[in-house]
Amino acid sequence: MAEFTGNNLTCIRGERVVFAKLTFAIGEGEVLYLRGPNGSGKSTLLRLMAGLLRPVGGQILWNGESTLENAKTYRDLLHYIGHQDAIKTVLTVEENLTFWAEMSGVDPAKRSVGEALENFSLSHLASLPARFLSAGQRKRLNLARICASPAPLWLLDEPANSLDKASVGVLRSAITAHQEKGGLVAVATHEELSPESNVLNISEFTNNMKAPKENVA
Amino acid sequence: MNVFWKVFTSLIQREIRLAIRHGADSMMVVMFFVLVVVLFPLGVGPEPGILTRISAGVIWVAALLSAMLSMDRLFQTDFEDGSLDLLILTPQPLELLVLAKTIAHWLTTGLPLIIISPLLALLLNMETSGYGVLLAALALGTPTLSLIGTIGAALILGARRSGFLLSLLILPLFIPTLIFGVSAVDAALIDLPSKPQLLVLGGLLLASFALCPWASAAALRQAAE
Repeated sequence: MAEFTGNNLTCIRGERVVFAKLTFAIGEGEVLYLRGPNGSGKSTLLRLMAGLLRPVGGQILWNGESTLENAKTYRDLLHYIGHQDAIKTVLTVEENLTFWAEMSGVDPAKRSVGEALENFSLSHLASLPARFLSAGQRKRLNLARICASPAPLWLLDEPANSLDKASVGVLRSAITAHQEKGGLVAVATHEELSPESNVLNISEFTNNMKAPKENVA
Repeated sequence: MNVFWKVFTSLIQREIRLAIRHGADSMMVVMFFVLVVVLFPLGVGPEPGILTRISAGVIWVAALLSAMLSMDRLFQTDFEDGSLDLLILTPQPLELLVLAKTIAHWLTTGLPLIIISPLLALLLNMETSGYGVLLAALALGTPTLSLIGTIGAALILGARRSGFLLSLLILPLFIPTLIFGVSAVDAALIDLPSKPQLLVLGGLLLASFALCPWASAAALRQAAE
């Protein structure tokens, strides 16, 4: 039974408290939606979950064990999609995808590069240098990366940006299929990608230095 | 172990493939190397005696400058397109990945310099007795330059005027390699043994091999925060 939790997380960036005492929990087959206005710290929280940032206070646990202390095993378990798409423009679509699948260190038998390209309708572009891709196609290539090699935890930062309706549908079914396999997802998005979801509203934990209004009569 | 090796080689392959498709980058380093060396006879005059005496030094200084010129893009593109985040998040140790990138960097920029250097030695009228040692010294020295350079390349990520900053950071660290590289060739030219200098160059290579990937990896993690 996989469980991914964060306790009392506090994050400070550039002497500003982004959020404080933030707590979340994602169970097997669950999707956690991060909501909040622009600049509220959704991306920061995802980078924190990935281990790219360190929290000032609190800890992030995978099955009760600290992800920072077991960073090497933990990194085996996660896929991260950030704002940038990590695509080398001179490599072909397939070379880009295969490279990241190889870097995951996953057994070649368990990789599914061809299938991932197929799912995100990129097969016909496989041998095209990535510099000819449109913004939406680049995003799809980046999303295909998480399907090309298996990992139980997906951290997705605005995965539906610049996608058309059909591709959002593909993303939605990829997430559903991942959930059915018992996968965990944390996603910052404005789209509704799956039903019955947990929502974490980051603005509840942000400290915007505004005076509290509760005493106004 | 097997997985490590597979990841290591696929990263080297990818870097070499990128370098080949961006062919101009490697070519520019070699052209720069040639141009700097060719400028010296124009500056100090074409008298063969002078050129012979300064040949080893000129080739080494030019190699240092060209190695530095190629350094600043080493992590910069990965940093800009988000690949660096993903490299940090792979299960493999970042130190290993840095080492793979360094090896690929040396193969695409250091090795061409070594290959072209006898031609430049000829242009500078170096005596034939120095050629073998020059090649050996460059073969031991240029990987050290690449390794030391990775630290600088990792530290400058996100900085303004990064190319300029890089030279200030790493040129001083290249000095030991320069001194022993030049003195190895000079010794050979006056029929003295150059083995001690080559051994020191080997030692510098081993020391930077052991230390630089760790320092660069630490700097890269810092840059990703």
